[in-house]
Amino acid sequence: MIDSNIKFTCRDVRVHYGDFEALHGIDIDIPDRGVTAFIGPSGCGKSTFLRTFNRMNDTIDGARVSGQILMDGQDIYDKNLDPVLLRAQVGMVFQKPNPFPKSIYDNVAYGPRIHGLTSSKAELDALVEKSLRRAGLWDEVKDRLKLSGTGLSGGQQQRLVIARAIAVDPEVILMDEPASALDPIATAKLEALIEEIKERYCIIIVTHSMAQAARVSDKTAYFYMGDLIEYDDTDKIFTNPGDSRTQDYITGRTG
Amino acid sequence: MSEKTLTSEAAVKRLKKRRGKEWRFRMWGRASIAFALAALAWLLFSIVGTGYTAFQQNFMRLDFQLTESVLAPDGTRDPEKLRGANYRRIVQTTMYEQFPEVTDRKDRQELFALVSASGSTNYLRQMVYKNPDLVGKTVTVTVPTSDQVDQLLKGYIKRDTDESRRKVSNQQIAWADTLKERGVIKKKFNRILFMNPDSRDPELAGIASAVVGSVMILVVAFVLAFPIGVGSAIYLDEFAPKNKFTDFIEININNLAAVPSIVFGLLGLAVFLNFMGMPRSLPIVGGMVLALRIFPTITIATRSAMQGVSPSIVDGALSLGASHTQAVFQQKLPLAAPGILTGSIIGMAQALGETAPLLMIGMVAFVTEIPNSITEPATALPVQIFLWSDSAERAWAERTSAAIIVLLVVLITMNGFAIWLRNRLEQRR
Repeated sequence: MIDSNIKFTCRDVRVHYGDFEALHGIDIDIPDRGVTAFIGPSGCGKSTFLRTFNRMNDTIDGARVSGQILMDGQDIYDKNLDPVLLRAQVGMVFQKPNPFPKSIYDNVAYGPRIHGLTSSKAELDALVEKSLRRAGLWDEVKDRLKLSGTGLSGGQQQRLVIARAIAVDPEVILMDEPASALDPIATAKLEALIEEIKERYCIIIVTHSMAQAARVSDKTAYFYMGDLIEYDDTDKIFTNPGDSRTQDYITGRTG
Repeated sequence: MSEKTLTSEAAVKRLKKRRGKEWRFRMWGRASIAFALAALAWLLFSIVGTGYTAFQQNFMRLDFQLTESVLAPDGTRDPEKLRGANYRRIVQTTMYEQFPEVTDRKDRQELFALVSASGSTNYLRQMVYKNPDLVGKTVTVTVPTSDQVDQLLKGYIKRDTDESRRKVSNQQIAWADTLKERGVIKKKFNRILFMNPDSRDPELAGIASAVVGSVMILVVAFVLAFPIGVGSAIYLDEFAPKNKFTDFIEININNLAAVPSIVFGLLGLAVFLNFMGMPRSLPIVGGMVLALRIFPTITIATRSAMQGVSPSIVDGALSLGASHTQAVFQQKLPLAAPGILTGSIIGMAQALGETAPLLMIGMVAFVTEIPNSITEPATALPVQIFLWSDSAERAWAERTSAAIIVLLVVLITMNGFAIWLRNRLEQRR
């Protein structure tokens, strides 16, 4: 039923770091809307896989990606495709909040500025406000847009980073353990935000917290030792997993 | 059970040993710091102790009669002709008038030796050249005493030394004391030291030409070394392919920073003077040589500053669709700027203190004019110090130390500015 609405089609995706093969041929289809969670123990390759979707692995020396990843039917590893344009459509939120050491305004305005998305100051102001509102941060920061983004709390910083990504108007937002550096209250706010924006974007989230995956995601993929073990609707994975290794992980016997 | 083992005799013994070790380490640390501070204090004390008196000098306030029959017997007011007139005679007359009872020729010579001969005659010559109408009038002018009188009054020439073993005779001492009592000789702030170029007479020698030369050399060195140093660091760190060849370049840049500076002087001599045929003693050549000397320092400082920037910032920019170049120049470089600037200022401070390479390219020249451009012969402050330290008269020792004080003050100011700048820029983050 989701097949009609596929964002990413991955076939036999392998990632090598030098001689080491971190992913052993992944086949997966990611839906166009909603949240897909990648879970699995440390070192299972889920973050590596996440970084193939916006070609951030390109920046790592010795990393090599083979196989095929199609976004809306287009091969994103095509030689003629500029990763810079890909990344404008596939935003990313990292484990540790990494706002630029600039004002809150400039953080959000950075992407639109480099892509020339707005033609006037008023338009940019409006875009910054819209992005901050969508990230649920506007009311907290509207009076201090000129203050440094690094002065915010961890949770606010992470939402600022999401606002920064949203401002470029991406289709996909990748999140690499976005709540791992946040306290429970900030995490709850972040999850509420994900819930709110998932109607508009294809969100892929890597998480260590199974509870979080169960709470926010529509589909869940379980990775183990560089293999995709199981991929299904989140409800099914957490109530009736098809593979014993998945069961062991979600019940806490491994991982 | 556990209480027993924690307080057992062996445990107490071990604890004692451990404490002893820690105590010895602390003492070593304190001793090293005390030694370093003592060395610094001794250095400052000896230099400031010899040098501080040079910031004041003894001057004579005298009335000079610019007698027409001496300066312009033919009644001319042509400045060029007046330039060649006998000003020495005017100064002599004025000096003799101070003690009319002295008539003996030899005694009068000694009397004349109290005033700086070239200082006073040159001063009068300049005055008359600029304003020929002064001829026939009396002018009141302050001129430096001779260096001997200056040193005597500052107490460096000892009065109890036997007369045959000092350069100032007993009657000269008596005259100088009398002139001082009469208020003719007065100690004043030594403008000459800062405003004059080098001179053969210590009482007229100043560091102005050396300071101007140093500033020119530094400007040339900075303009060349900063873009080269920062540029090569950015390229090597961010854009160069990582292979054996770039590793080799990297190692060699690090080695370059450790090459003795005189080697750069030889290189400059061979390349700029012999091969390219540039003249000696020019600030532009000095600046080019010192640029070679400091660009590796700037490269290393830039690279370590860039490596200190969190990679997550660059990742953030890349994930928004910034190109690599944009991420580096818009996000990474501004964050590395404090480190780059600090490294550059420290590199400049190094360049300011460099002497050896400048000696090799002929900047030891005796420069009696303040250079107006980077293509006029000049000397540099450390070279000036080197030159003065080589001269025999007692007055040079004082001036050498004074020049060292000036150099140290400039260096400390530069390093202090670097620290201030770094703190300020880092606070703004």
